[in-house]
Amino acid sequence: MEVTNDQFLVTRIDRFARWAQKSSVWPLTFGLACCAIEMMNLVSPRYDSSRFGAEVFRASPRQADLLIVSGRLSNKMVPVIKQVYAQMPEPKWVVAMGACASTGGIFDNYAIVQGVDRVIPVDVYVPGCPPTPDAVLHAVLRLQKEIASGHARAGVVARDA
Amino acid sequence: MHEDQAGRGPAGAPRDPEGGPPGWVRELLAAAPPGVQRLEPCHGIESLRVEPDALLPVATLVKAAGFTMCLDVGGVDYLPRAPRFEVVYHFLALSGDASPERPRRLQLRVPVAEERLEVPSIAAIWPSADWAEREVYDLFGIRFSGHPNLRRILMPDDWEGHPLRKDYPLRGPRALEEQDVPLGERFDFLAARVAQRLPHSQRGGLGREPDRTGPGA
Repeated sequence: MEVTNDQFLVTRIDRFARWAQKSSVWPLTFGLACCAIEMMNLVSPRYDSSRFGAEVFRASPRQADLLIVSGRLSNKMVPVIKQVYAQMPEPKWVVAMGACASTGGIFDNYAIVQGVDRVIPVDVYVPGCPPTPDAVLHAVLRLQKEIASGHARAGVVARDA
Repeated sequence: MHEDQAGRGPAGAPRDPEGGPPGWVRELLAAAPPGVQRLEPCHGIESLRVEPDALLPVATLVKAAGFTMCLDVGGVDYLPRAPRFEVVYHFLALSGDASPERPRRLQLRVPVAEERLEVPSIAAIWPSADWAEREVYDLFGIRFSGHPNLRRILMPDDWEGHPLRKDYPLRGPRALEEQDVPLGERFDFLAARVAQRLPHSQRGGLGREPDRTGPGA
């Protein structure tokens, strides 16, 4: 049987691939500051992110899909986060957890980057200082929904109007 | 700060009835070179003003007096006072006539003029002062002569400026780039502070009494 560019087959496979991706989003440990403590709560038994597919938090960017930036990004840390993000294989996504990662938070000063999206593309922003683990979980689940729908693509959430 | 029943001050030594300096301070002052002056105890901690040139001999004496720990080295910017800066050292003695339950504390304050931003390094005497002095250099620009590795520690290596100085903008280089507010409408924080004549800038900084004026005063 000749395998043609059958619309039905390709979309089915795409859907399957996206389902597999969203069900096994493995985050990278990138706790920078206080938000990291709430992220620890997220993996602890009460909130337990692993029941949603984030089974392990990988320490190596080579093995991770999701970069959860939890905490303040300082100017000195910028080359590091760029390198870590570059080392993550595609498809990869970024969650800016907390006020500091989203916009710099209360730290409008010489040391802190005013939002991680000035350096790397962000898919989901989570407000809070720190956000409760529920809020981060909501963000991860929302990201999963976007991945399944095909909108979140390799670090860019493209929304149809 | 607070005394306990035995009438001992927070530094641990029994209080002198006339309220004069404890014995070890008197010994230290007697052996010290010129340029050392006792100040009012700061929050109960004995405090000495030491000229930069006298710092190394005094530090050696302090170490010999049993102060085995250098807790921290910090900088202060008293703009617009002259001398502009001060480097403050805190020491702790846990043995000798002190114990871990009743440690002895000492504070040294070294005035640093803007024209001569240099202080001898005590890193050879207390290794813990190494990084603390690097921090003061990074954030204030005060050089420590004889330091084994004097370079920035908190800010990126190629950063320009010393952020904790009073004339450094809070938002850093961004503040200069994002200045789209007309000149007449920008708020000059430094001028406002000087005009307000805050207590420390009026009293001259050194040897002041414990601060009894709180936020509500």
